[in-house]
Amino acid sequence: MDIRLLLDKPTEEEKVAVDALLGPPESAWRGGDYEPLDGRVAYGGHAAREQRHLLLPALHAVQDAVGSISKGALGYVSERLMIPPAEAYGVATFYALFRTDRSGGRVVHLCDDFVCSGRGAGEIASALDEAGVRWEPSPCLGQCDRAPAALVHQPGDGYVSVAPADGSALGADPASDQPPPVIHQARTELRLLRRVGVVEPTSLEDYTGSGGYDVLRSAIEMGPDEVIGHLESSRLRGRGGAAFPIGAKWRGLRQAAGGGKFVIANGDESEPGTFKDRVLMEGDPFALVEAMTVYAYATGAEKGFVYLRGEYPLAERRILAAIAQAKRAGLLGDNVAGAGFSFDLELRRGAGAYICGEETALFASIEGHRGEPRQKPPFPTERGVFGMPTGVNNIETLLAALAVLELGGEAFSAIGTQESTGPKLFCVSGDVERPGVYEVPLGTELDELLKLSGAIEPMAVLMGGAAGSFVDEDQFGMPLSFEGARAAGTTLGSGAVVVFSSATDFSPVLRRIARFFRDESCGQCVPCRIGTVRQEEALARLDARSPLGTEADERRRLDDLATAMTDSSICGLGQTAASAIQSAIRLGLPGAPS
Amino acid sequence: MSEPVTIKVDGKEFEVRPGELLIKAAEDHGTYIPRFCWHNRMKPVGMCRMCLVEVDTGRGPMMVTACTNEVVDGMTVDTQNEAVQKAQEAVLEFLLANHPLDCPVCDKGGECPLQDQAMAYGPGESRFVEIKRTFEKPIPISELVLLDRERCILCARCTRFSEEISGDPLIEFQDRGNKTEVNTFPDHPFSSYFSGNTVQICPVGALTAKPYRFRARPWDLHMVESSSFFDTAHPRLSIHVSQNEILRLVGIDSEPVNHSWLSDKDRFGFEHVRSENRLDTPLVRRGGELEPVSWSEALDMVGNRLGLIVEESGGDSIAVIGGASGTNEDAYALSRFARTVLQTNNVDATMGEGPSAHFLAASIDRGLIADVDDADTVLVWGPDLKETHPTLYLRVRRAAQELGVNLVVIHPRVTGLDDRATATLRYRPGGGHELLSDLSDGSHEQVTSLISGKVVAIVGQASLADDPGLAESVAAFVREKAGTPRIIPLANRANIYGALDMGLAPDLLPGRVAYGPEAAPEPWGEIPAKRGLDTPGMLDALSEEKIRAVLLVGADPVGNSHEPELASDALDLAEYVVSIDTFLNDSNHYADVILPAAGFSEKDGTITNLEGRVQKVNKIIPAPGQGRPDWSILDDLSTVMGKSMGLGSPETIAKEVAAVAPAYQGISWDLLEWDARDGAVVPLDGEQPLTHIPVRAKGTKAPSAELLLHQGRVMYDDGVRLRNCHYLSRLAPGPVAHIHPDEAKRLGAREGVAVRVVTSKGEGEFAARIDEGTPEGVVFVPLHQPGAARLGTDPVVRVTVVT
Repeated sequence: MDIRLLLDKPTEEEKVAVDALLGPPESAWRGGDYEPLDGRVAYGGHAAREQRHLLLPALHAVQDAVGSISKGALGYVSERLMIPPAEAYGVATFYALFRTDRSGGRVVHLCDDFVCSGRGAGEIASALDEAGVRWEPSPCLGQCDRAPAALVHQPGDGYVSVAPADGSALGADPASDQPPPVIHQARTELRLLRRVGVVEPTSLEDYTGSGGYDVLRSAIEMGPDEVIGHLESSRLRGRGGAAFPIGAKWRGLRQAAGGGKFVIANGDESEPGTFKDRVLMEGDPFALVEAMTVYAYATGAEKGFVYLRGEYPLAERRILAAIAQAKRAGLLGDNVAGAGFSFDLELRRGAGAYICGEETALFASIEGHRGEPRQKPPFPTERGVFGMPTGVNNIETLLAALAVLELGGEAFSAIGTQESTGPKLFCVSGDVERPGVYEVPLGTELDELLKLSGAIEPMAVLMGGAAGSFVDEDQFGMPLSFEGARAAGTTLGSGAVVVFSSATDFSPVLRRIARFFRDESCGQCVPCRIGTVRQEEALARLDARSPLGTEADERRRLDDLATAMTDSSICGLGQTAASAIQSAIRLGLPGAPS
Repeated sequence: MSEPVTIKVDGKEFEVRPGELLIKAAEDHGTYIPRFCWHNRMKPVGMCRMCLVEVDTGRGPMMVTACTNEVVDGMTVDTQNEAVQKAQEAVLEFLLANHPLDCPVCDKGGECPLQDQAMAYGPGESRFVEIKRTFEKPIPISELVLLDRERCILCARCTRFSEEISGDPLIEFQDRGNKTEVNTFPDHPFSSYFSGNTVQICPVGALTAKPYRFRARPWDLHMVESSSFFDTAHPRLSIHVSQNEILRLVGIDSEPVNHSWLSDKDRFGFEHVRSENRLDTPLVRRGGELEPVSWSEALDMVGNRLGLIVEESGGDSIAVIGGASGTNEDAYALSRFARTVLQTNNVDATMGEGPSAHFLAASIDRGLIADVDDADTVLVWGPDLKETHPTLYLRVRRAAQELGVNLVVIHPRVTGLDDRATATLRYRPGGGHELLSDLSDGSHEQVTSLISGKVVAIVGQASLADDPGLAESVAAFVREKAGTPRIIPLANRANIYGALDMGLAPDLLPGRVAYGPEAAPEPWGEIPAKRGLDTPGMLDALSEEKIRAVLLVGADPVGNSHEPELASDALDLAEYVVSIDTFLNDSNHYADVILPAAGFSEKDGTITNLEGRVQKVNKIIPAPGQGRPDWSILDDLSTVMGKSMGLGSPETIAKEVAAVAPAYQGISWDLLEWDARDGAVVPLDGEQPLTHIPVRAKGTKAPSAELLLHQGRVMYDDGVRLRNCHYLSRLAPGPVAHIHPDEAKRLGAREGVAVRVVTSKGEGEFAARIDEGTPEGVVFVPLHQPGAARLGTDPVVRVTVVT
């Protein structure tokens, strides 16, 4: 394999950045263990190839240092990891945050998604233009509670979130971390959010002082089977959108044959309008680490990853710090808490790809590939990351699992409804007086959530983000439970609840949603790759009042596109890419195609 | 084997193997499910969504992709109900929304899966009138392949091929969503030896081959099956011709041999066939100049002169060199001509290269290519298969990469298989015997312990510095370790195995019979008793003027020799040299008469590959000018010389071979054309008179010097056929010397600078290639490069930077 690029050399700075991650290069043949004598033996380059998964971290390292990824740097990374350069290039160009165009320097990623654009993102863009600051439009940055949001990348210093952003502030270096989020509810009502904003998120001591690691201790006393028993009796269902029974998921992984299992915390929260996991990861990072440790203990996994959205720099710092402290305290690594099992937890940063929230795409990303989903089956508990049995849970789910073990399965199941147990976080944003994360028992009526957050003349609510669907006044009484949402023809999805007032023109909202899917489609399967583009184009034509044929023809075309994408796409992205738009059409929202 | 399961497809019930993919099972039973991305020889990805069908496994009907779902018992499948049709129409409508309708000028037009499936399954109209994607076009992604990105439907067949099959993933998906495209790393060519396969499997015209682009419409082509004359595995292919000109070769999916894949050399090497340098008329040297003469004049001259020499000095005074470039029928004719007409046993098709003729032709436990699929371990100790035996390379790579077979590679430097090897061992050029005795003394136990269970040993000459007999010693060692391994002995030259099977070696007779006067085939009559000479022996005898005349048949001892002066001096001393060939070569400088021969695609016959598989090759175009097949030239000569062989036609020769050559009993053209289209492995009944048991030879001691020279063959060289290929001739690396970076530092050499390489037998300038794959203390020089000096076989070498 012609793996070397002779013409493009890395700069010293790029080399240093890569070597800092991978260690200094060995001068010898890279094929593996090497005896420098005659009759040299090498074992096939398997060792070097096994480092493939360090591709994204290496690309991050280069870009963090110099602002973009040059051909020379890419060649050097390829050579160090024994990845064919074309493949490395394919990976680098897949992720939106990676720049391969040599344009280093400071970049502002400005959210122009439907919440921020209703909160002044447009004006900031003009201000940045005037000030000559380089900026790029970004999909939702997960800061909808303090819209408008920006993410600033300064080579050498890394990423910083700025929210709420204003045109003037973006020119300067925002030095300090964001303030903790405002929690609008009384602390006594909270379980998942109870430490957020109260307990210092950077201190293990404070965490343990507030009940932290009690669950791990009791879990170890109970043993894996009883832990999973509690989860089963709690009837807890996944909070990432698919609502899979968590007890069964953990049991499946526990029963999977063989060693080498993995557990993964899915922190790739990228659904527009969703920010609950960010609030948890920033505000209670040790809880995530503890929950992952319990997850590993109960299922027999020895290695775990937190896959974190690339746009969450504060969460990254908090989780890295929490992992480091937990390691020092013997709560991660060999012989965790003296209980005789080992568990390593590692954080992996995404790089701007919504699709990586899909679990098989997430595996591909961790393995160092383009974030393309694959067919299921095989399911992750049989063949997950690195081909090994793997369990993937959403961040909120993991913290809810801690709550189950705190309360006991039975007691947890008493919260909420028969089918939807426990507390649930909702990310309320848009036209509300008090945007933020709300924790309510499942089954609470939507109306009540709207009241809690001070919805302003709500006309429609987008449930579950861009992949969800709109509901209007007629359904504001729906109970926020899995079955309630189903009965109302919608979904709880990621817990996004975006409120639109009666003043809203939905046309730009729908077009933004369409653009979101066009940009985020991985491009692998035909219906999604092409359907998302055609959907956006049809909406644009309708907007410009220049339909192909009649407006009814365009409507029919949109419907057919929706059917094709829903029925024949590989993964959930394509299957839901028309959902919100179709629901707006059905409800006849102002500005939606009629 | 597990019990078959029953599935029902469109109302038809049939039994299939459990675990088989639905798309394949259905196709095997007569239901074609449309597809773009799925390919029988690659892993499914389910990307194009064209093969969506409705499946019910008892939990209600579901739309699934037939290429990613395995059959299960009781599965009911509907491949054409309304929902399925709607999905197919949507996929095609979507694809055509971007795909340009430039079919009239597209190479694929007329044989395009997208065209065909749009007609069969499409909606019949498109409602999308938006502007299609456009790109700069075409991009030459290599010397051989062009990419038109706007035609690409992103099925990932090419990218999967390069990753899964050929192991050189130089093209990849880039960017994402609707901007996704297939491309190389910027400015980094798709320099794969197997790039042409991506053109063949591209379901649209996105990848096209330069030699074929815009040259034909598929419906104007007529075609015939044949096999390649380059790779000694003889990959099966189809020759596509228009107006007596070959326009392309297409790989045929032959299960035992090449799974439809061809190396670029096998695929594009046909360009030499219509080279203007082809010999097309008999030539006679008069006053130092070659002059065209008629066939009758030439044959009379040659026949009379050779007859006179035989009469005066006996058959021993005649040398017959070559015969490995034609068909078995040609080789048989030559073998019989030499023994009965020229009355000599001085015949040698191996040209003195590689392992012994007995070992190559009649090794016990001869392995098949397919044996690597279910081996426990494959040992490759020989040339870099990727360079010299591409079909075998792909098969071994697949075994190691996809089938979990252990792979041990022993070679002086990195090879194309190393990245998939369980273990690799390196040794200093010329040190093979020493390493072998170390291994049998128990060193590298971790590696040798892999040599157990079902072992396939692929053995040949890894380095010019190695004793050619090393391969046989390795085979003997493996037999000691693993009982009855399968052994595949490697040699170069198109039909060397067939030539040896026809007796073109001093110690062989047709049908794998050890030479002996009493063993002569019945129609031959009496044959000379005296033991013959091999090629080096014949050249020596020429120098000593013991041989007066030389018959070269597709042979170029000067061009092939590592010490060309020795060969040319020898030929210079010959009184009379006759050459039968397709091109003028270096040795023809000494020829008195040159007779033009028919070559690949110009004659019918059979050939035998490295596993002993006999395949039918076919004529589809005439030879240029007056070129004729070897057998016919030799038959006429025998008549002129008064000992007519009366061969008649290649088919009657084949019948004679089947009758007189024990290993070839039962091999008829009928069999090969009908029941055994993939060829038949001889001997059909498993028995042959000669079974050669490999012998451990006491080898030479490893040379000791600070720097040693490793010379080995690479895919593209200065061979006369390649030299006459318009595109492939540009691909040879030329005179280069590979040096390890640390070695280069010591020498003060940088990439591309000229270095002088000096051995005891030759010296020349080479361009330095800095190469971590070549160990320190070793210089690697690819053999037979255009413009490269010959360095001899002695590995002791000095390298200096030219200042």
